[in-house]
Amino acid sequence: MHPAPSVILFSVLSGLGFGMLAWLGIGKPPMTGMFAFVFFFIAYALSVGGLLSATFHLGNPKNSLKAFSQWRTSWLSREGCCAVAALMIMGIYAIGAIFFETHWVIIGGIGAILSIVTVFTTSMIYAQLKTVPRWNHWTTPVLFVSLSVFGGALMTGQVTVAMYGFVVVGLIQVIAWFTSDNRFASSGSTIETATGLGNIGKVRMFEPPHTGTNYLLKEMVYVIGRKHAAKLRLLAIILMVVIPVLMLGMGAQHGVKAIVAVFSHLVGVFASRWLFFAEAEHVVGLYYGKRG
Amino acid sequence: MTALPPKSDVKLGLVIDLDTCVGCHACVVSCKGWNTENYGAPLSDQDAYGENPSGTFLNRVHSYEVQPEQGAAQTIHFPKSCLHCEDAPCVTVCPTGASYKRAEDGIVLVNEDACIGCGLCAWACPYGARELDQAAGVMKKCTLCVDRIYNENLPEEDREPACVRTCPAGARHFGDLGDAESDVSKLVQERGGMDLMPELGTKPVNKYLPPRPKDQGNEIDILAPLLAPIATETSGFLGWLDRTLEKI
Repeated sequence: MHPAPSVILFSVLSGLGFGMLAWLGIGKPPMTGMFAFVFFFIAYALSVGGLLSATFHLGNPKNSLKAFSQWRTSWLSREGCCAVAALMIMGIYAIGAIFFETHWVIIGGIGAILSIVTVFTTSMIYAQLKTVPRWNHWTTPVLFVSLSVFGGALMTGQVTVAMYGFVVVGLIQVIAWFTSDNRFASSGSTIETATGLGNIGKVRMFEPPHTGTNYLLKEMVYVIGRKHAAKLRLLAIILMVVIPVLMLGMGAQHGVKAIVAVFSHLVGVFASRWLFFAEAEHVVGLYYGKRG
Repeated sequence: MTALPPKSDVKLGLVIDLDTCVGCHACVVSCKGWNTENYGAPLSDQDAYGENPSGTFLNRVHSYEVQPEQGAAQTIHFPKSCLHCEDAPCVTVCPTGASYKRAEDGIVLVNEDACIGCGLCAWACPYGARELDQAAGVMKKCTLCVDRIYNENLPEEDREPACVRTCPAGARHFGDLGDAESDVSKLVQERGGMDLMPELGTKPVNKYLPPRPKDQGNEIDILAPLLAPIATETSGFLGWLDRTLEKI
C-alpha cells in the first residue's frame, strides 16, 4: 500500500496525542493550572494536528462533515465520531484542571476511554480489510492501541509504566511482523483464484491492461523500498523501544534523557508505521501479476 | 446509508465470456466514452499526450497466459469492472454514505455529492474496480450504465451497458442474474459461470464464463511436411543475392 505521508503523520501523532489524553483523563500526572495547560496543549496539538493532516489525504474534503453519519457500519466514520467526542469531553475536563484546579473524575474517565476507543477505531480501519491480509489480524489493533497507551505514558512522564510497556510494545511489534510475513501466501488468494483460471493451469500476466500506471498501481501495488524492510525493522525497533527503555531505565524523568527517549520513540514509530503501509500487499496486485 | 440493503430479487449484472473475448478493448473505449460525458464527474486523464499518461477507467482488459500441465499455453483476455457484489465491502466501509447499493436492482453506485475522496472503498475492493479520479477527487466506478438501461430516450436496443452494446465478439451479456429463467442465468448455468476470488466472500453478481476446453495443439497439420525447408545451402540466383547482400 502507498505509504501516504499525511496518513502516517496522522496515525502516529494522533495515536500519541490520544494516548496522552487517556493518561491525563485518569489524573496522571495529577496536574492543575499552568502545568496542566502545557500537557493538554501538547496532547491537543498532537491529536488535532494529526486529524488535520489526515484531511490532506482526502480528494474532496468539502464533504467531510458527512463522514460523521455512517457510524453504524463504517470504522472510518466511527473514528471521526469518537475523535470529536473524546476531544470535546477531554476539553471539559481540561477546563476543570486548568482553570478550576479540580479533576472531574467521571468526565476524565469517560474522556480517557473515548481516547483509547478512538485509536482502536483507527486501527480497525486497517484491520477490517480482508483485501490486505497483512493488516487483517488482531495484532493490528493491539499494536496501535498499545503504542498509543505506552507512548502516552512516556509523554506524561509515567516512567515505570512506559518502560515496562515499551517492552510489551516491542514484543507485540515483533509478533506482528513475523506472523504477517506469510499471511498473504496463506490467505488463499492467488492469481488463479483472482482470474478463476486455475483449473486450466498456471496463470501468469501476459499483458497489463494499460501501458502506463494508474490509481490502483500507485495506491495499492506499492513495491518501492521493500528490499530495505529488514534493516528498517531493526532500526524501528531500536528507536521505538530499545533506546527509550534504556533511557527510562536510567531514570529519564526530565532533561536530556527524557527528550532523547521521546524523539527516539517518535522516529521509531514513524519508521514502523511507514513499514506498516509499505509492506502491506493488496490482493488487487494479483491481477497485475505483482504478488508472488 | 451505507448499510447493505435487504436482499433484492433483481440482481442486474454482467456475464463475461472468457472464451470469446478477443481482447480488442472496444468495451474499455466505449465505457470511457459514455461515462466521461454522462453520470457524474468526467473520467479525467493526466498527462494524456505526455510521457506518462494515466487516467480513470471503469473497465480494463487484462491478458493472461495460462499454461496447462500438458499442451500449449492459452492466451485469455480478461475484462474487469465492478462486479456489483451482493456483499459489497466497498459499501459498508464508506464513512459518508456516498457509496451505496441500490435495493431495487443491486447496482452499486457512488453519490459524488457526498464522496470525500478518502479512497477507503477502493482499498476494500479486491477487484480494483474503483478508481479515485485525480481531477475531481471523487471515487469513480462502473454504474452498469444506469443512465442507459432505464433511459427511454434511447432506442430499445441501446438500453444496455455501453460495453455490452459495443462488444464485437458478443463476449459480454447483461441481464438479471436474480431471475433463474433469464438468458444470462441460463448462460451461467450452461457454461459453469464462476465468481472471482470467491474466498473473500463478496458474492459477486457478475459472472465469468470459463474458456471452453481447447484441443491440445499436438496434432501436426498434414501439409506440414511439405513446408519443411529443403535447401540448407542456398544456390542459384537467390544464393548469389544472399552472398552479395552479405558483402555490402
